[in-house]
Amino acid sequence: MVADLFQSLLRRPAGLVSAILLILLYGAAALAPFLAPTIPSAQDLNRTYHPPTTLVWQEGRLCVRLYRLVDPSTATYEPLPGQAAPLRWFSEGPPYKLFGLITSKTHLVTVESPAALYLLGSDATGRDVFTRLLYGAGISLGIGIVGVFLTSLLGLTIGGLAGYLGGWADSLAMRLTEFLMAVPGLYLLLALRAALSSRFPSDATFLLIVVILSALGWAGTARVVRGLVLSLRERPFILATNILGQRPTVILFRHLLPNTFSYLVVAATLSVPGYILGEAALSFLGLGIQEPSSSWGLMLGQAQDIKIFMLNFWWLLTPGAAIILTVIAFNLLGDALRDAVDPRFRLPGR
Amino acid sequence: MPSLVEIRNLSVHFPVKSGLLQRQTGVVKALDDVSLKIDKGSTLGLVGESGSGKTTLGRVLVRLQNPTSGSASYDGQEITSLDGSALRPYRKRIQMVFQDPYNSLNPRLRIGTILAEPLEIHFPKMSASDRSARVAELLKLVGLDPAHARRFPHEFSGGQRQRIGIARALAVEPEFIICDEPVSALDVSVQAQIVNLLMDLQDQFDLTYLFIAHDLAVIEHVSDQVAVLEHGKLVEEGSAETITRHPSHPYTQRLLASVPAL
Repeated sequence: MVADLFQSLLRRPAGLVSAILLILLYGAAALAPFLAPTIPSAQDLNRTYHPPTTLVWQEGRLCVRLYRLVDPSTATYEPLPGQAAPLRWFSEGPPYKLFGLITSKTHLVTVESPAALYLLGSDATGRDVFTRLLYGAGISLGIGIVGVFLTSLLGLTIGGLAGYLGGWADSLAMRLTEFLMAVPGLYLLLALRAALSSRFPSDATFLLIVVILSALGWAGTARVVRGLVLSLRERPFILATNILGQRPTVILFRHLLPNTFSYLVVAATLSVPGYILGEAALSFLGLGIQEPSSSWGLMLGQAQDIKIFMLNFWWLLTPGAAIILTVIAFNLLGDALRDAVDPRFRLPGR
Repeated sequence: MPSLVEIRNLSVHFPVKSGLLQRQTGVVKALDDVSLKIDKGSTLGLVGESGSGKTTLGRVLVRLQNPTSGSASYDGQEITSLDGSALRPYRKRIQMVFQDPYNSLNPRLRIGTILAEPLEIHFPKMSASDRSARVAELLKLVGLDPAHARRFPHEFSGGQRQRIGIARALAVEPEFIICDEPVSALDVSVQAQIVNLLMDLQDQFDLTYLFIAHDLAVIEHVSDQVAVLEHGKLVEEGSAETITRHPSHPYTQRLLASVPAL
C-alpha cells in the first residue's frame, strides 16, 4: 500500500519535487544543530545587520571573504580585497544537543575567529540568520505536522461518528463546530492563548500553540467528514455491508472512513501551511514562540523594523521565502497525493 | 407447501413535512396494504414505474426500511421486528443484488477483500487459505477469472461489476436473493448475460428470487409469478404468462403497451 503510494508519487514530477523539497526541509530541521555553523543565541554586536558573506575558491579551498564595517549607522560592510578565511569542515564549535539527546560540538562547517560565516547575513544583534532559520524550521514545520495530525484525528473521529450515528451526537458535534467557526479566528486564537498560557510552563509554548491551532482547526475537517459519511452511508456498497450483517464499527472503519481518506489526505496536506502561518501570526504578534528560541514567524516579526526596509536588509526576510516555499511544496504535494491515494486515478502499467 | 416469503398487509408511509415548524402536512404511501407470497425456488417478478414502491418492498425484506404496518415473514418467522443477533441468521439467508454496479462495490477494496468480507462475517471459522479458495470459486461461478481477486472495482466494466455483486450475494450461500433492478443499468447485450447467469445460479443452488424490474420483457423471461405495483398498491398478480398475455388491470395493460416493439 505504502509502496504503491510511493510509486504513483514517483510518476508525478511536481509531487516528487515537492516531496523531495519537504524531505530536505524536514531533514534540515531535524539536523539543524549539526548543519548550522553556530548556535541561534550566539551574538556578535560588532557585526549587526551583516550582509551574506561571499564564498570564494582560493588556494584550492572554499573560503569566506573578510569584511570591514564602513558605516555603523547604516550598517554598511565592504569586503576586504583578496582576504579570505578557509572553511573548516566537521570542526568544533559551540556545543549542542542533537535530537535533544546526543551532545556534540561538531558542526558541518565553521570558520576561524576573525572571519565570520553568515550564509544569510546577521540580524540586529549579529546572530546568524541561517542558523536561526534552521532552528526555526524545526519549530515552524513541526507545528504544521503535529497540528495537522491532531486536527485530522479529531476531525475524522468526531465528524465520522457524527455522520454515522446521527441524532443527538450529530447535533451536539455540529453545534460545537458552528460555534467554533462563528467566532472570528484571530480573537479565538488570542483568547485561547490567554486562557491556556497559565496551564503550560513557558518552555512548552510549542505544545501550547499546537493545542490552540488544533482546537480551532478540527471544526472544518469534522464538518466535511460528516458530510462525506452522510452521503456515503446511503451508497449501495454500504447498504450491502449492512445487509451482510457487518458490525457498525467495522462498517465505519473499513468502509466509510477509508473512503474519506483521499479528501482527508489532500485537506491535511493543504492545511499544513495554515498551521505554519498560524504559528507565524502568533509569533509575529509576540504571542507565539519566545526568544531565545527561534521560529520563522518570530524572525519575520523581528524583521518588521522600518530600518530593514529602508536599508534593504533583504536577508532578514528569508524566513518569509522559506514559508512561501514550504506552502507551495505542501500544496503541490497535496495535489499529487490526491491522485495517488485514489485507486481510480492510479496510472496504468501496474 | 407453505411459501418461503409471506408479506401481509404491508404498508410503508413517509411523512411529508413542510413549513417553518416542520409539521407533518401529508404522507407518501410508498407501499399501501400489499400482500404477496413467494414460493421456495420460484421467482416473483415485481414490476411498476419509478416510484411505485418496488425498491421499498425489497428494502423492507432486508430490513433497510421498517414498515409502518403489516408484516413480512420468512420461512414462517416474522422478520420485520427482529434485531441484532436474532436478525443475524436471516442476514445469511437473504441477500440482495443492487441496481447500480458502479456504486455497489467499495472502490478502495480489492475484489478479493470485498468477496472475503461476507465469509468473515458468516463463516468466522474459515481459514484464510480456505477463504481465498472460496473467493476464487465464487469468481468462477459468476464467470470471472479467479486472478481478478487482486484488482480494484474500477478496473471492471458494468457487467463484470454486476457479476461481482452477484458473487458477493452468493458468498454466504443464501436461499433468497432480492434482485433490485439488476440489469437496468447495463447494456442490452450484457443484460441478457446477467439474466441468464442469475437463472443458471437459481437452478444450481435452488434459489428463490424477488426480481424487481421495470422492463416487462425481462420480467416475463425470468419470472414464474408477476406482481404489478402502482403507487404503492398491488394492482395485479398472477403467473407470468397470464399477466403478460392477458392483463386484466388497465395499468398493466398500459405498462405492456408502453413496451417498445421492434
